[in-house]
Amino acid sequence: MSKAPDKDELTGIDTTGHDWDGITELDNPLPRWWLYMFYASIVIAILGWIWYPSWPIWVGEWTYSKGIAGFSKRAEVTAELQRVAEGREVYYQQIREQPLEAVINDPQLLRISMAGGAAAFGDNCAACHGSGAQGFVGFPNLNDDAWLWGGTLSDIYQTLQHGIRWEADYETRLSVMQGYLADQILTRNEVSDVVDYVLSFHDQAEDEAAVARGQVTFEQICSACHGADAKGMKELGAPNLTDAIWLYGGDRATIYETVANGRAGVMPAWAGRLDDATIKQLAIYVHSLGGGQDEAN
Amino acid sequence: MAGAAGTPLPPQPNKAAPLYQKRIKIYPKRVSGLFRNVKWVVMLITLGIYYITPWLRWDRGPSAPDQAVLLDLPNRRFYIFFIEIWPQEIYYLTGLLILSALALFLVTSLFGRVWCGYACPQTVWTDLFIWVERLVQGDRNKRMRLDKAPWRLEKIAKKSITHGIWLVISVATGGAWVFYFADAPTLLSDLLQGDAPMAAYIAIAALSFTTYSLGGLMREQVCTYMCPWPRIQGAMFDADTYLVSYKADRGEPRGPHKQGESWEGRGDCIDCKACVTVCPVGIDIRDGPQLECIQCALCVDACNEIMDRVDRPRGLIDYETLAMPQARAEGRETRPKLLRGRTIIYGLSILLTMAIMAYGLLTRSDLDLSVQQDRNPLYVLLSDGGVRNGYQLKIINKAHEERNFIIAIKGLDGYELSRPNHQGPVDVVSVGPDAQKTIRLYVALPKEGLNASRFRDGEAQIRIMLRQEDDQASGDLGDSARPVLASQNIGFRTPPQR
Repeated sequence: MSKAPDKDELTGIDTTGHDWDGITELDNPLPRWWLYMFYASIVIAILGWIWYPSWPIWVGEWTYSKGIAGFSKRAEVTAELQRVAEGREVYYQQIREQPLEAVINDPQLLRISMAGGAAAFGDNCAACHGSGAQGFVGFPNLNDDAWLWGGTLSDIYQTLQHGIRWEADYETRLSVMQGYLADQILTRNEVSDVVDYVLSFHDQAEDEAAVARGQVTFEQICSACHGADAKGMKELGAPNLTDAIWLYGGDRATIYETVANGRAGVMPAWAGRLDDATIKQLAIYVHSLGGGQDEAN
Repeated sequence: MAGAAGTPLPPQPNKAAPLYQKRIKIYPKRVSGLFRNVKWVVMLITLGIYYITPWLRWDRGPSAPDQAVLLDLPNRRFYIFFIEIWPQEIYYLTGLLILSALALFLVTSLFGRVWCGYACPQTVWTDLFIWVERLVQGDRNKRMRLDKAPWRLEKIAKKSITHGIWLVISVATGGAWVFYFADAPTLLSDLLQGDAPMAAYIAIAALSFTTYSLGGLMREQVCTYMCPWPRIQGAMFDADTYLVSYKADRGEPRGPHKQGESWEGRGDCIDCKACVTVCPVGIDIRDGPQLECIQCALCVDACNEIMDRVDRPRGLIDYETLAMPQARAEGRETRPKLLRGRTIIYGLSILLTMAIMAYGLLTRSDLDLSVQQDRNPLYVLLSDGGVRNGYQLKIINKAHEERNFIIAIKGLDGYELSRPNHQGPVDVVSVGPDAQKTIRLYVALPKEGLNASRFRDGEAQIRIMLRQEDDQASGDLGDSARPVLASQNIGFRTPPQR
């Protein structure tokens, strides 16, 4: 394949001596512009090593040559994040200082709160309540209009701050749905009767006699929290048993399970874990999901 | 072609050509005549359009700029006289480009490279730069002598004046470009005070550089080597396309001619090379159609002048189709065939494109509604057994005034609207002038409405509409009487039936 370099007779240029089936390669010099750019890039590369962080170095532990420019991408990112936080702080300060009502009446603060609330929700709340706040069994849907502990801005804000049955927070929302069978307060039959009575609110009871017996038990025990009309009491986080929303399920077996063994869902207190401005943003965001109730009344 | 016309090609030396063709500098000679005058007029018109357009004003009311042609990139609006284009309507510009391309195809198939020869910016600016060159350094022969002369004061002065004027023209060209992208008077004062955005200075610098190098230094090389258009055009010519051609049958055999000599037995071409010296791309038209030829027809003017002088009929070089010399050889009459397959197709395509664009522009709405349905959650079960769906409405008001619309829904009975963090009537939405607004809309349907027959597989098709607001005079019109200005069909979902 290779033979001694030769002159190409057509162009008068030396060949490289490479020959492929009669096709020879001319030994043309590299184009000047290309060559100079190649040399320039070598120089630039060396300058780059001196100027920027480049080589890994072993000095008892791994480090790297820092370069004389003091350049650090990580420091840039940190500074950038710092700048963003400082830019936000102006508005976060206002959100912290102003009452919730004032924040939602300020178009700019509202816009910031909705965006910040949505982001914080995704980071902190979506794990239990779902990314669309649609909830799961035992974790309430925040879009609907049924609220255990109240659905006004201030109710939601308080729930977020102090949590539900969160022992570390002494202001936490606290109530007990006992296990009435497990704690031997009611017998199996009595539990079953109460379940029949609850189902009768939804026209699903089958045994009229059981409903009547269950009503007696309900009025003696359950009405203390759920109210005589079974419509619940938000001060105690007692759900309305007559509406279409069920946290754990509205079929006979699930209601029986609830009455027999009790329920005690927990929500963490976020005060101290999140900035107060973020908690307020979350309250505003959750309140806007469709089920938010008006203050007062 | 040259062979077919009977001209023998000059013998090629039997030596391999170098791979790189060094540029042979061209010194086009001054010429006068019909086509030269046409070119001056076209130059005046095209340069006039380019420099004056940004300064034309067009009143659009207080909320929009008053510049007739403004490509407002930061605010994402294109203003072209009475047309205002939003980013989602950029296809109007596509239509304009298609129209330009088709017009170019049509003209090219009829008259060859008239775009290249008269109207192309490369030709216009090169022409202008050659004019400057001639003004300062004199005509062809003087320029050639000057280039050969040693670098003395006169040469240095003339060359620097030429390049200086070129630079001024280049900066003015780049400068005019940026005025299309911002309010021209404001930008001009900003530019002069050094307050204009950096992008403006960079654009001016870049365009000044390209104008100077393309028009002053590279010239015909741009057309011959850089521009793809000459290569494409070969596919658009046919035997009936008018091209600048040398009538070889009349001109050959060529040769010098003394006054008084007989014209018998010889051609009309006296080989004076007038056609070659005026050529801005440095070719000999007598070699037949060539890739380099931009068909500026200056050789036609040059030859006609000579023909007048030697008292022979004009038109030895002329606009001619390829079919004409053949017809002459066969003794036939030829008539130009302007209407033929390709010109008819190009013409119809132009009319069709114009019709589609006119229809689009005339029926263009100044209001856009785009509705998206929440997908997470798909629906929300309410405590009374009813169902709520959430929607995001994006409303674009292209009018130059604030407008109020009434939201109404067709296809649901007894629905209830709500909007988070909204004050005032829930069904009234107001959108600012020339603005876009996004609102969230919740539509709740009580339990009784869910059994309607319109629900199929738990979903109903509804129509979200924007109706015109009641005016003061007529009071509350009621939904049915208010005209629907925009609407969109969308679903309303319910939980699966158990």
